[in-house]
Amino acid sequence: MSGEGSDVLLSVEGISKTYPGVKANEDVSFAIGAGRVHALLGENGAGKSTLVKMIYGLVRPDAGRMRMRGQDFAPQAPREARAAGVAMVFQHFSLFEALNVAENVALGMDDPPPMRELAARIRAVSEGYGLPLDPGRLVGDLSAGERQRVEIIRCLLQDPKLLIMDEPTSVLTPQEVQILFGTLRQLAGEGTSILYISHKLEEIRSLCDGATILRRGRVVASCTPREKTARELAEMMVGATLNAPARKAKAPGPLRLAVRGLDAASPSAFGTALKDVSFEVRQGEILGIGGVAGNGQDELMLALSGELRGRPDSVMLNGAPVGDLGPDARRRAGLVTGPEERLGHAACPDMSLTENALLTGATRKGLTRRGFVDWRAAESFAQEIIRTFDVRTPGTRTAARALSGGNLQKFVIGREILQAPDVIVVNQPTWGVDAAAAAFIRQALLDRAAAGAAVVVISQDIDELLEVADRFAALNEGRLTAPVPTEGLTLDRIGMMLGGAHGMHSADVHHTHEIVQSEAGHAGT
Amino acid sequence: MLALEKRPNPSRFWLYATPVVAVALTMVAGGVMFAILGKNPFEVVRTIFWVPLFGEFAWYLRGQLLVKAGPLILIAVGLSLGFRAGIWNIGAEGQYIMGAIFGAAVGLAVFPTENRLIFPVMILAGLFGGWIWAMIPAILKTRFNTNEILVSLMLVYVAQTILAMASTNFLRNPEGSGFPGSRNFSSYPAASNPELIAGTGIHWGVVTAVFVVVAAHVLLQRHLLGFQIKLAGQAPRAARFHGVSPNRLVVLCMGVSGALAGVAGLFEVTGPAGQISIDFNVGYGFTAIIVAFLGRLNPVGILFAGLLMALTYIGGEMAATNLGLPSAAIQAFQGMLLFFLLAVDVMTNYRIRFAAMGAR
Repeated sequence: MSGEGSDVLLSVEGISKTYPGVKANEDVSFAIGAGRVHALLGENGAGKSTLVKMIYGLVRPDAGRMRMRGQDFAPQAPREARAAGVAMVFQHFSLFEALNVAENVALGMDDPPPMRELAARIRAVSEGYGLPLDPGRLVGDLSAGERQRVEIIRCLLQDPKLLIMDEPTSVLTPQEVQILFGTLRQLAGEGTSILYISHKLEEIRSLCDGATILRRGRVVASCTPREKTARELAEMMVGATLNAPARKAKAPGPLRLAVRGLDAASPSAFGTALKDVSFEVRQGEILGIGGVAGNGQDELMLALSGELRGRPDSVMLNGAPVGDLGPDARRRAGLVTGPEERLGHAACPDMSLTENALLTGATRKGLTRRGFVDWRAAESFAQEIIRTFDVRTPGTRTAARALSGGNLQKFVIGREILQAPDVIVVNQPTWGVDAAAAAFIRQALLDRAAAGAAVVVISQDIDELLEVADRFAALNEGRLTAPVPTEGLTLDRIGMMLGGAHGMHSADVHHTHEIVQSEAGHAGT
Repeated sequence: MLALEKRPNPSRFWLYATPVVAVALTMVAGGVMFAILGKNPFEVVRTIFWVPLFGEFAWYLRGQLLVKAGPLILIAVGLSLGFRAGIWNIGAEGQYIMGAIFGAAVGLAVFPTENRLIFPVMILAGLFGGWIWAMIPAILKTRFNTNEILVSLMLVYVAQTILAMASTNFLRNPEGSGFPGSRNFSSYPAASNPELIAGTGIHWGVVTAVFVVVAAHVLLQRHLLGFQIKLAGQAPRAARFHGVSPNRLVVLCMGVSGALAGVAGLFEVTGPAGQISIDFNVGYGFTAIIVAFLGRLNPVGILFAGLLMALTYIGGEMAATNLGLPSAAIQAFQGMLLFFLLAVDVMTNYRIRFAAMGAR
């Protein structure tokens, strides 16, 4: 085991957990030293979540044991894990938008102190760790980064020995990531161990002292991340050599999609309204739209798909106004979309793949005649998607909800691409998808652009956008920056386009930069 | 300890087994209830389920079966379309009354003219009456986002008041020596809905019900609109993404269910009931809700569910008169049917796992 000295906080020994049909964890062992930042690295479905749920007492292992400071540790419930000093920040926040920060923190505590005392402690702890937070603010008004602070402060108030963080940076800008890392290093310096779950390799290389790499529920490697390249880590994680998507240089073609002065109110109470959004995409071109979650991505998607309608000339398709048309009419005109949420939005969970093929394919694939569905044609369209996009499923009659995330996403993206659209807009096309499927989907989007479509990719994954997009623009509080070419774009520049340190004081940014630099200097010596 | 686990795919076995198991469980639980009431449970269950079909008076009761099942099926098929789409029309009873009043009013207005077109026009008026009454909650929902459950239910009581006015006032039989109630349609051939084949109970309403079952089946299985209805109910956001306008669907589903309830009322008032009277409605509109769910919101299922429910009505009446059971016990028995159906229905999408205490 690399770098874990004799002062071991938590050791996991031969843990196994089987769910019906899947071995989530098999004979997993690793140890975290006190004051260490340890990474759990693996693709989606590698068993990281199950493992930390066992440590947090949400799931009980079938076999194996855990020790905390040499004592047997077998939490029956999160309450017991918390009592033993384990705290966890989940990937998806469990906050009430209509309550303020202090009230939300109190709801997550086993026995909360009086409100005024709690507010004072929140203020003290949050400032002590460089994460300033006003206890009286409504959570609904906070940015995603600030909401994560609420979750972190909630954990820190319990003075944890081990802090588990599940994919914490997916909602943060690069600058916010730096602030978070400063806090985590400060915590580690004070002796708190951190178990850091991620698939973002550069982050792990810069933050973590040790890493355990999981693949299909088993430990496949342990290493010191700083000593490996990102590529080496990725190949250990995937167990295969990865091919970067191939792209050919091309001359921009005629204008396909033009969005001009698009304003749209959000359909949800705590959503973000779009303000004067304008951009153009030409044939053969991919525009990447980045942004931290909740800055208007969903609203932009709805406005482009036709679920939100506006002025006719706010969305121009091949020179014709379509801004006032619904989804079906826009599809007919050549604009198809793939929303972020697979189950319930892009696909109907309880319907078969054939029915889900009909869901958007009805018009462009001619699957109806005088309103009557041609089920045979719909089924062969579903089969075509399954074949072309390598969707692993027993057949077209399988319910969409029975497919894994990656397979359903391939089906959804494939369904749109195979309609041979002029313009395709996708939101988070590879969210929660394993690396191989993600590479496949990105390649498919590049191929579709090369075949003569204009493509818009909305994503929170900056690496993904840099990989596929020709030009990059950022959504920030409902406004879109002017698109710039991705070639030669620095991460720092992207961070500023994304809104810098979102709603967080710039003094803190400098403060944590200093910490980052001094810590980095420290590690170097 | 029992735990429910979601199935990856809905179970086809339980989809069809659910109604059978629910009926069996109702017989057992109902039997216990009848035993507590001091009756022989086997005798009661036999009276409800066997006697109307194969007993001494079966020749008459079998006809009654279709008379009762017709309107139930007609209304339930309409309601099921809305229920599938997540649109809850609970006021079919009111639409049924209004259809009857509109249709009857047209017939009575031209009394005693004899013309073959009178009855078809009355049918149209019945459809219109139910439709317009259902449009009130539909428009209020699409315009002001009111709850269609409450509005449609409240309008039942408004319709009942109008019915009382109709039978005592504006539709009262001028030759009825002051008694409430309209002229009897059985003595007005051009506007009546007679039994088509003697002894079978088949009238135009039953014929229409069968036609509507077939049409709804084709709509749901073959037509894009049927797909959109199912989609809207199962995944509303996916339906909007597909291109369904939620408001359009509300107006459509409320309209269809209202019109079918209305025409059911017209067939009833011109046929089996014979006249507009204060209490001519007997709760078909409410019972149809049970029928719709008992039939798994599936048109063919509703056909069988309607027949079964009609059977418990007739058998229940037999049990009440022959064995002295309180009618409330029969209603409880019918309620049990819905209760067990919904309970067993869980098995379609979940399986029960027996887990040892403590483990998860």
